[in-house]
Amino acid sequence: MVTISPASQRTAQLRFTLNGEQTDVSFAPYKTLLEVLREDLNHTGTKHGCELGECGACAVLLDGKPVLSCLLLALECSGRDVLTVEGLGSDGQLHPLQEAFADLGAAQCGYCTPAILVTAKALLDQNPHPTRDQIREALSGNLCRCTGYLQIFEAVEAAVLEIASHNKSA
Amino acid sequence: MPQPTDPPETKSNGNEGDLRVIGRPRRRVDARAKVTGQTRFADDISLPRMAHCKLLRSPHPHARIRSIDISRAAAYPGVYLVLTGKDLPIEYGILPVSQDEQALCLDHVRHVGDPVAAVIAREELIAFEGLDLIQVDYELLTTISDPEEALATPTPRIHDYGDEGNIHKRVALEFGNVDQGFAEADEIFEDTFFYQGSTHLPIEQHASVATKDPDGKLTIWTSTQTPHYLHRALAKVLEMPPAHIRVIATPNGGGFGGKSDPFNHEIVVAKAALLLDRPVKICLTREEVFYCHRGRHPVLMNFKTGVKKDGSLTAMHLQTLIDGGAYGSYGVASTFYTGALQTTTYHVPRYRFQGCRTFTNKPPCGPKRGHGTVQPRFGQEVQLDKIAEKLQIDPADLRLRIAESSNRVTANFFRLSTVNLAECIRRIVKSSGWRDKFRKLPEGRGIGLACSAYLTGAGLPIYWNKMPHSGVQLKFDRGGGVTLFCGATEIGQGSDDVLASIVAEVLGLDTFDIRLYTGDTDLGPVDLGSYSSRVTIMAGNAALQAAERAKSLLAEAVAERVGVPPERLRFAGKRVFDSAAPENSVTFQEAVCLAEARFGTIGTVGSYTPPKSAALYKGGGVGPSPTYSYTAAVVEVAVNPVTGWITVPKIWIAHDIGRALNPTLVRGQIEGSVYMGLGEALMEEQEFRRLPKKLSHALVHKFPSILEYKSPTSLDMPEVFTELVEEPDPQGPFGAKEVGQGPLLPIMPAVANAVYDAVGVRIDEVPITPEKIMKALAEKKAGRAPRFGPSHFPHVDWPEALRVPPPWEGGDGNAINDAPRRAKPAPQRTPEKDKVLSS
Repeated sequence: MVTISPASQRTAQLRFTLNGEQTDVSFAPYKTLLEVLREDLNHTGTKHGCELGECGACAVLLDGKPVLSCLLLALECSGRDVLTVEGLGSDGQLHPLQEAFADLGAAQCGYCTPAILVTAKALLDQNPHPTRDQIREALSGNLCRCTGYLQIFEAVEAAVLEIASHNKSA
Repeated sequence: MPQPTDPPETKSNGNEGDLRVIGRPRRRVDARAKVTGQTRFADDISLPRMAHCKLLRSPHPHARIRSIDISRAAAYPGVYLVLTGKDLPIEYGILPVSQDEQALCLDHVRHVGDPVAAVIAREELIAFEGLDLIQVDYELLTTISDPEEALATPTPRIHDYGDEGNIHKRVALEFGNVDQGFAEADEIFEDTFFYQGSTHLPIEQHASVATKDPDGKLTIWTSTQTPHYLHRALAKVLEMPPAHIRVIATPNGGGFGGKSDPFNHEIVVAKAALLLDRPVKICLTREEVFYCHRGRHPVLMNFKTGVKKDGSLTAMHLQTLIDGGAYGSYGVASTFYTGALQTTTYHVPRYRFQGCRTFTNKPPCGPKRGHGTVQPRFGQEVQLDKIAEKLQIDPADLRLRIAESSNRVTANFFRLSTVNLAECIRRIVKSSGWRDKFRKLPEGRGIGLACSAYLTGAGLPIYWNKMPHSGVQLKFDRGGGVTLFCGATEIGQGSDDVLASIVAEVLGLDTFDIRLYTGDTDLGPVDLGSYSSRVTIMAGNAALQAAERAKSLLAEAVAERVGVPPERLRFAGKRVFDSAAPENSVTFQEAVCLAEARFGTIGTVGSYTPPKSAALYKGGGVGPSPTYSYTAAVVEVAVNPVTGWITVPKIWIAHDIGRALNPTLVRGQIEGSVYMGLGEALMEEQEFRRLPKKLSHALVHKFPSILEYKSPTSLDMPEVFTELVEEPDPQGPFGAKEVGQGPLLPIMPAVANAVYDAVGVRIDEVPITPEKIMKALAEKKAGRAPRFGPSHFPHVDWPEALRVPPPWEGGDGNAINDAPRRAKPAPQRTPEKDKVLSS
């Protein structure tokens, strides 16, 4: 027997940092970070393919580390730092990963792309010169049905070079 | 033998150096939206006052519905509406011959997951909770789990239509005297194969949002590959004028054929939005996506092939037994497709095909990448490997001897345009080092080869009519802007980029100068949808025609201004200039303004209809195409003889594409096909199991989740070496042929052939799992046939075959034991098309 849930009641409050901006949001307390991002904050760049932690399409960075936002209660994110695809570029410019993915065919349907981009960013932040095998390993939790992954690997490698040359010149 | 028709004479055969957009690796026009997360998929749409819908689905594979009590759900706080089958009683389906689905089952459920009621509520969670409050009284019926059971169990019938009992469709076609062909053979090979079903697994779950517009009309945004066919189904079921329905196909987060049927959830939210006068959304769970399915049909096959000692084929007899699942879907077409393309790769002089599709109590099967041709391609290519070994001919050489060539007509009257299969074979033999590796690698390592052909667009529409298969409108504004309208649907394959690149090339623009409105039944002319690899050739040719027409208008106006004849003008670099004196020029924007001053508002249209088919016999509507793509692949494997574990280090593939419009996207389609083929070869299966008797004994999906339905990850993907064979095809825009499906087909048989080369066992079914390899190795060790696969093909009461003499026996495309169906086709090319192509 079911009881009437407080489904529509935005009784929970959260203050956290979303893409570098302090954000306050009210929402139903059972909601996952994925749902709060998409439904309560209109950040629909983060996708979902299963909502069971199987496909990787909902990955975001939590304090710089990739997490599956469908398995995380939004309430757990109080005071923390969340980065989504919407926050990847800066100063009106795309992130080098985004440029490389766009140029090299790493996004076909584009549905798994946001999660792969932020996961790759986490890898490069931690390891600026990953090998092909390290890239494979880092992205192994993100399923892509379109590309066969190879153009994704190449785009990450191209972004590595671009970031390195940018850092050198800076 | 039929003679070559007209020599190729496309504009693409002109000066290669003139092409500035076509053939260059480019960022696709929609790339920025995709990498910034701004592509608006269906579930990303949210409208004010939007309600949410969930479907109550049958827990039983086969049952009568005695009664449904919705009263408690309807009274639940927050629930706006509850719908059942009686609210949407009109049947629909993708094919006119199998209108056998109801949006909500009225009185009969046919598979676990069949929807019986819908709850529409303020929040998705309330809708979920409302489902629990609906009481359905079911009377359980005998469940049919596979085609053999279906053949043996004519009642209870899953549907009250179809050929007989639980047989949906039986077909039999014979091209030439096949028995005579076997009599002339030096050797006859007979093999049985099984191809397991698999599902598309697009990462995007199907979603739809419907709303009643302020003027009372209906709009639906939905993840569909076929907005035009959904448009038809909605008009039928909702009994509304089509002109009052607008279907907007949102970019699909992967399709692969899985979003090509009109779906029950789309019709339900449309109905609910109309009744509630507010937007209604549904997004399926992943488990529900497995129930939507329409994936690869499981097919049992029997191949009997006669060969001469030199490898040439004398006759082939193919039988297919097809597990259709619970509904018709594309199944009648799928059935014919299992027998259609055996003749388009290799020269088969005499050919008999018998196919039988049965209903079973499982989610319906339909079109998945390679639709119906993938399963028999597996059988044919593995059998050729066996034939080559017996005849002691290298498998590559055998295929080179029998490969089809350009401008021929096959035994079943399919017109081949350019055929570069032999060149594909030569390329991969060279690049893979085939001659040094085949039968020469150490035990446990092996190499296998296979080939394929695929349609570049279905030659006939689903609803037969004389209208174009695709149309494009172009609008030109005074700012120099070009806007393109077309029904073509972007499913990730790059259809928008194809259209933009063709228009940009003709008009001397950049692809990013063109604004596209696609996949919208209100805004653009009809395109039949993103299926059968048809968009590049059909929407592409329509775009080419529209662009050429605009170009001639602009050229006429500019010619007056710059004082040279129009034919001397060139369009490039966003300028229009005198080719003899390039400084004598105007900007593209000025050209548009001159043309508007001269002719009034500038807009052009283009459309495309495929050439008439030569296959006039009944069933000949499935398989004809303006042209076919060809692929050859070599797969290398390593098989652990202790565990049976298979790894694939490298694949070499060559694809006959005609011309690559954007090589970056072409490579992506090939590698994506290789990836999906490897999944089918090694792990993917849509498998079912019965619950124990003391439970419901229901036939349930074994693993309707991404975690348990295994698909390759980034760690499983091998290195792929891709080569393109480019001979522009006269049928394609700038010579382009398809690439989205064909390259998948050779992968599964090449893996099977490589496994045999590695450890000497034949796995005559997919997926090829370590377990099957271990079983076959055990057979080998015991001195029995070193093989794993099906042992028999059950008896089917086949109908009398339609007998169609092949072209070389004087046939005209009609069956001799059936009334002639259509008049002999007009010449293949129309003057209009010649004009466009030569301009």
